[in-house]
Amino acid sequence: MEGISLIGMASVLSAGLTIGIGAIGPAIGEGRAVAQALSSIAQQPDEMNSITRTLFVGLAMIESTAIYAFVVSMIIIFANPFWDYVVANAGG
Amino acid sequence: MDIKDITPDQVVFWEWGFAHLNLTIVVTWAVMALMILGAWLITRRLTSELPLSRWENLLEILVKGMENEIREVSRQSPRPYLPFVGTLFLFILLSNILNVVPGYTAPTASLSTTAALAICVFVAVPAYGIRSSGLAEYLKQYIRPTVIMLPFNIMGELSRTLALAVRLFGNLMSAGKIVAILLALTPFVFPVIMNALGLLTGVIQAYIFAILAMVYIASGTRARQERKKKQTTPDGEKGE
Repeated sequence: MEGISLIGMASVLSAGLTIGIGAIGPAIGEGRAVAQALSSIAQQPDEMNSITRTLFVGLAMIESTAIYAFVVSMIIIFANPFWDYVVANAGG
Repeated sequence: MDIKDITPDQVVFWEWGFAHLNLTIVVTWAVMALMILGAWLITRRLTSELPLSRWENLLEILVKGMENEIREVSRQSPRPYLPFVGTLFLFILLSNILNVVPGYTAPTASLSTTAALAICVFVAVPAYGIRSSGLAEYLKQYIRPTVIMLPFNIMGELSRTLALAVRLFGNLMSAGKIVAILLALTPFVFPVIMNALGLLTGVIQAYIFAILAMVYIASGTRARQERKKKQTTPDGEKGE
């Protein structure tokens, strides 16, 4: 029983920390990218198409780090291998 | 699909030995059947007379739009790339958009599907590169600018394939998961809003997947064309 409560506690805590801290960097990066893109669109409205396309591709690149953090936290919550191992051992 | 299932791979309908029939395979085949059937029905009676049927118009807009995007991104003729990139875009787009249909789970919310699509891109990049510039010329790209860059170039190729797969999977999985969690908490209005947002991200992700595939393919084929252009100008070699 000790193992289950310990692993449950660590999983919940670390899942929250993973997505919380992991979202900081991409959020700052995307904010800066969008701000820069908006000011360049304001300066050169003719180039809006290519700026928007590059912006979307760049945002997807930046966002993927946040997505990694999210996938890891989802794995910790829903598909935690250590949790399954401990539960199987306690049951058997 | 349960809230505890991360991917639709875990919903298995039928199992025999090592052969599984899970939700991912079923919806993938359903989407493919829908696309093929739709395309066949629309192009069955093609005429060149002027009042176009509205479905024919839709297909023409799609193909023309994809052609223009490819031309602008790669600065080459879109013809050789349109079948591959267009297929990727349409398949991902349709499977993401159908997410609003009740009981449907996007096949792209499973890591197996997105990994398969990313591996297609991983194979297509050297294939297009070799076709446009030959094997030796393509392989030389890996030791440019120096030989020291060889492991980094290879690592870059592998990691961007992984990033392609995980990005699409993460976005689609999170869209479905957020709606499922909200359904349990505030079951009336908010899931609808999040579903609408999920439609938007689904379309953007389809666009981004296709554009990134095109950018990778173009970067594999572009080097040679730049060299060609330099050789035609008299003192272009100095600049290298």
